[in-house]
Amino acid sequence: MKFRTTIALASVALATALPFGSCKPKSNASAVGGDAAQKAYVAPGKHDEFYNFVSGGFSGQMSVYGLPSGRLLRVIPVFSVDPEKGYGYSEETKGMLTTSHGFTPWDDLHHTQISQTNGETDGRWVFANGNNTPRVARIDLKTFRTAEIIELPNSAGNHSSPYLTENTEYVVAGTRFSVPTDNPDVPINTYKENFKGTISFIGIDKNSGNMDIAFQLQTPGVNFDLASAGKGPSHGWFFFSCYNSEKANTLLEVNASQRDKDFVMAVNWKKAEEYIKAGKGVKKQVKYAHNIYDEKTHSTKSEIRTEVLSLDPTVLKDICYMIPCPKSPHGIDVDPTGEYMVGSGKLAALIPVFSYQKMIKAIEGKQYDGEYDGIPIIKYEAALYGEVPKPGLGPLHTQFDGKGNAYTSFFVSSEVVKWNIKDLKVLDRVPTYYSIGHLMIPGGDSRKPNAKYLVAYNKITKDRYLPTGPELSQSAQIFDISGEKMQLILDFPTIGEPHYAQAIAAEKVSKNSTKIYKIEENEHPRVAKGEGETKVVREGNKVHVYATAIRSHFSPDNIEGIRLGDEVYFHVTNLEQDWDVPHGFAVKGAANAELLIMPGETSTLKWVPDRVGIFPIYCTDFCSALHQEMQGYVRVSPANSNVPLAWSMGTNNGSNTASKAPAGGSTGKAKK
Amino acid sequence: MKKLITSTFVAIAAIAIYACGGGEHKPIPGTEPKGEPTAASTVAAANPKGIGKFQNVEVPAALDHSMADKGEAVSKTKCLSCHKLSDEKLVGPGWKDVTKRRTPEWIMNFITNTEEMLEKDPEAIKSLEICLVRMPNQNLTDEEARQVYEYMRKVDGVK
Repeated sequence: MKFRTTIALASVALATALPFGSCKPKSNASAVGGDAAQKAYVAPGKHDEFYNFVSGGFSGQMSVYGLPSGRLLRVIPVFSVDPEKGYGYSEETKGMLTTSHGFTPWDDLHHTQISQTNGETDGRWVFANGNNTPRVARIDLKTFRTAEIIELPNSAGNHSSPYLTENTEYVVAGTRFSVPTDNPDVPINTYKENFKGTISFIGIDKNSGNMDIAFQLQTPGVNFDLASAGKGPSHGWFFFSCYNSEKANTLLEVNASQRDKDFVMAVNWKKAEEYIKAGKGVKKQVKYAHNIYDEKTHSTKSEIRTEVLSLDPTVLKDICYMIPCPKSPHGIDVDPTGEYMVGSGKLAALIPVFSYQKMIKAIEGKQYDGEYDGIPIIKYEAALYGEVPKPGLGPLHTQFDGKGNAYTSFFVSSEVVKWNIKDLKVLDRVPTYYSIGHLMIPGGDSRKPNAKYLVAYNKITKDRYLPTGPELSQSAQIFDISGEKMQLILDFPTIGEPHYAQAIAAEKVSKNSTKIYKIEENEHPRVAKGEGETKVVREGNKVHVYATAIRSHFSPDNIEGIRLGDEVYFHVTNLEQDWDVPHGFAVKGAANAELLIMPGETSTLKWVPDRVGIFPIYCTDFCSALHQEMQGYVRVSPANSNVPLAWSMGTNNGSNTASKAPAGGSTGKAKK
Repeated sequence: MKKLITSTFVAIAAIAIYACGGGEHKPIPGTEPKGEPTAASTVAAANPKGIGKFQNVEVPAALDHSMADKGEAVSKTKCLSCHKLSDEKLVGPGWKDVTKRRTPEWIMNFITNTEEMLEKDPEAIKSLEICLVRMPNQNLTDEEARQVYEYMRKVDGVK
């Protein structure tokens, strides 16, 4: 902290001494220009220009912010249970978190990627990767819900993911941690012989978006870090940065920093497709889970798969090539023209820019520097377009504005640097608060960036906001990049530790937003379409409650005849057909969460009563002037009790008006 | 900042002149705060047909049984959680004799144009003051609204 402060102070002092036109701020207060507030201001009732989908890091969730206001619009649970929405708690969504390890209720969500058509973001889906128990998720942007999660076999730490090809043909997933793939029980220090990497190409169905692992590449046992798809002329290629070409298995901070250059691995996936057509793929026995949320049945279909098609690039020589890249590269980013691949070494003090055409010529002319584990190494100079000299310290990630400029984040020197791709000259630099990781321009990794704003996602927040104990939120900073110089206009706190993010023009998404689930189309097996269909059914020790919710009551709201030892399943259908009217459902003492049920949806809470007594149920989401009255009671009797199963809208000692002539015939008693 | 405030005031003044001050407060249909009834700012003169697209619904004297049956099915899913067929209030008013009290246009406009009716129609507002729960717009199609009306007629004894 002291050290950082000193650096900050030093740079402030330096900035003060610098002549006019320097972009280092004189102080925090003057870091923001006079009209910055106007540029970030979105009046109440007015909508933002962009949706910003931000990785939630170790929270396992994805957050959605409006740009330029920085308003938090939504938190989408993806890889982690979320009691607010009942995600991972309701019977219907538990299956989304199934892996080959069983129910896996947390992951480390690293990167987000919006689906593309013809190299442009199209607003249909956002993909996200789970780094810990390797998974890729697809979020449907009609509902802003996780629609699908696929696990990755032969992988440990899905990091260079979920990057997409320009027509969303594939989403990729490279393993961060190489592991033994065939015999898992080996000494760790046999890393060099036994540990292998994999790159998975997950095919995406054009219409449904459904994912299916098309093939896996067996690779050397390095650590794959990030990836970027070719586009335009380089469509058909994929580029992966990797570190630990030393293949160290201990103290990597030293032992994986020995070589001056690591690699960018170039993958010709069109060639891989040809080999698969020619039958060169080998089927391997594996075990991984695939989970899809079905919007008709409001339920998850979960299956364990057992086979994956594998290709060996050391045999099929023209799929993979290694390009040396200084030093411990973290990022690789392809520019909008598809010609330039910008590498970055997190320990390097320069930015190497590779040329796609030169790379192809080098391959044709076999300008190799030997092989790395059976994969040809292209000569560095043969693929290099040029280097940006001394741009800053610790380059990480690069985004593009589509006007020939690149913006690179510098972790060590805490800044964003704008430079020209053609002449490799630095044009502008701005400080960040502090230690920037990823950065994002809407469409900044696509063929058509929408370069109005740039957002920096910082790892450290320190003194930016009011202190909140030892832990502080991370911070994001929005820069206006419409002019020649970057201008800071706003910063805002973020959830978890954000990694990559993506943004898209709001109208591409908002016009398709689902407002309700049509109740006529609800095919949940235990739906109650109207109070006339509500009932309670005993199946052995399982009791199924078919309930409905509408402003401002449940049907039934009095349930008796539950016995200790029963498992009670509340299948609650929200009868509303009105936008923004979810109902909540909670039971006292349930070792679970609430349900949050969207209009027209059916959702199920499992409750195992642990004692005899009267248990209130109630609605948790304020729904009307009589929301507080939206409640009921469940009676739990001893295990050997003969209290008959009964449900109703209550009898109020026989004098209640509502019980005399229940609309839709909702009072019922089951035959014993 | 000062500049911003000044220009905001100018903008508001301009809107006020242009829209007579009412325009900015009108909620977008369906986006009013959940459940909290807003004070009706502009109450239209009572129109027995209500406010909405239905201004001339032709209703034959005899009941269309098939239409009424369809209306009953829609009602069971979307209406009868809150309305009873008797004259008793549940969440909303009882349906008994509603087709005698209201025109078909008023009923169908209320079903399909709920937000505006609750905002402007004096009769709908009176109802809200009694029930205090805004009727949800259940997103019925025009056809379904007509079917529900036919079912209401059946309940009211039309043969």
